[in-house]
Amino acid sequence: MSDRNEPLERIKSRRDGMLAAITGSIPYLRFLGIQFDRRGDELTAVLPFQQKLIGNPLLPALHGGATASFLETAAIVELTFASLWEEMESGAVAADAALPAALPRLPKTIDITVDYLRSGLPRDTYARARVVRSGRRYASVHVEAWQDNRARLIAQATGHFLMPSRG
Amino acid sequence: MDDETRNRIARQFIEAIPFAHALDLRLERAGEGEAEIVMPWSEALVGDPHSGVIHGGAVSSLLDTACGAAVLSHPSQPPTTATLDLRIDYMRGATPGQGLRAKAVCYHATRSVVFVRATAWDEDPDRPVASAAGAFTNTG
Repeated sequence: MSDRNEPLERIKSRRDGMLAAITGSIPYLRFLGIQFDRRGDELTAVLPFQQKLIGNPLLPALHGGATASFLETAAIVELTFASLWEEMESGAVAADAALPAALPRLPKTIDITVDYLRSGLPRDTYARARVVRSGRRYASVHVEAWQDNRARLIAQATGHFLMPSRG
Repeated sequence: MDDETRNRIARQFIEAIPFAHALDLRLERAGEGEAEIVMPWSEALVGDPHSGVIHGGAVSSLLDTACGAAVLSHPSQPPTTATLDLRIDYMRGATPGQGLRAKAVCYHATRSVVFVRATAWDEDPDRPVASAAGAFTNTG
């Protein structure tokens, strides 16, 4: 049961702290420079453009692998954040970046299919993931990426994930 | 053009791709619609700090690049290619500390599309880490 009078700062620091604990623990996310923007429980993944993400220098266009990595990361972080939301809000779980053992366990990717719709321009890219179905062991996540226009996707993906064992 | 010259040109082409360079990908062999690429181990590619397993996205990038290199080496000689779709199956986590090797084979080509399959291994050649199947544009 949420407390109507809980100080706003405490709510924000709890949610941002959990998100930072999830994202800060993944070296490959830092390698790509991926960031997350949070509005309530809605996450938007941001991939700021960097020259090293280019796959076709002539066009130029983002590398398909960079786009795939971004989509898979957005899916994993969304799934982890969404699955911890209830316990985080109730205070049953808390993130402590100083204690590696306390960091949230991540789901494992079983498979992912990426659909490339447009070539990625040398610009920032955004992604939002939606957990289509989340069971005790398996989850299915759909994720969409765009650049300038939300309606003009550059890629989308569907992935299946094995949830970490709890307890 | 002999095999060695063709391999050298293909290697330079792949290694000039900024993202392939960032991942330190090295093309070992390409020709007749097949390609083999290695990705050395790097701490920066880890996706799960608990297990030390390489991120699926890095494995995808290796497989995608191997598939692209296989397409460019196809006898239909497309000057460039782009991924239309790529499905990756992750069979197991890659062993921490080990590099990965991917082999890609074009198994069918039409005038506009090349269908490619690829597999990735760590140092254990009997247990693949991941496999991929995809469709690539054929602009040749």
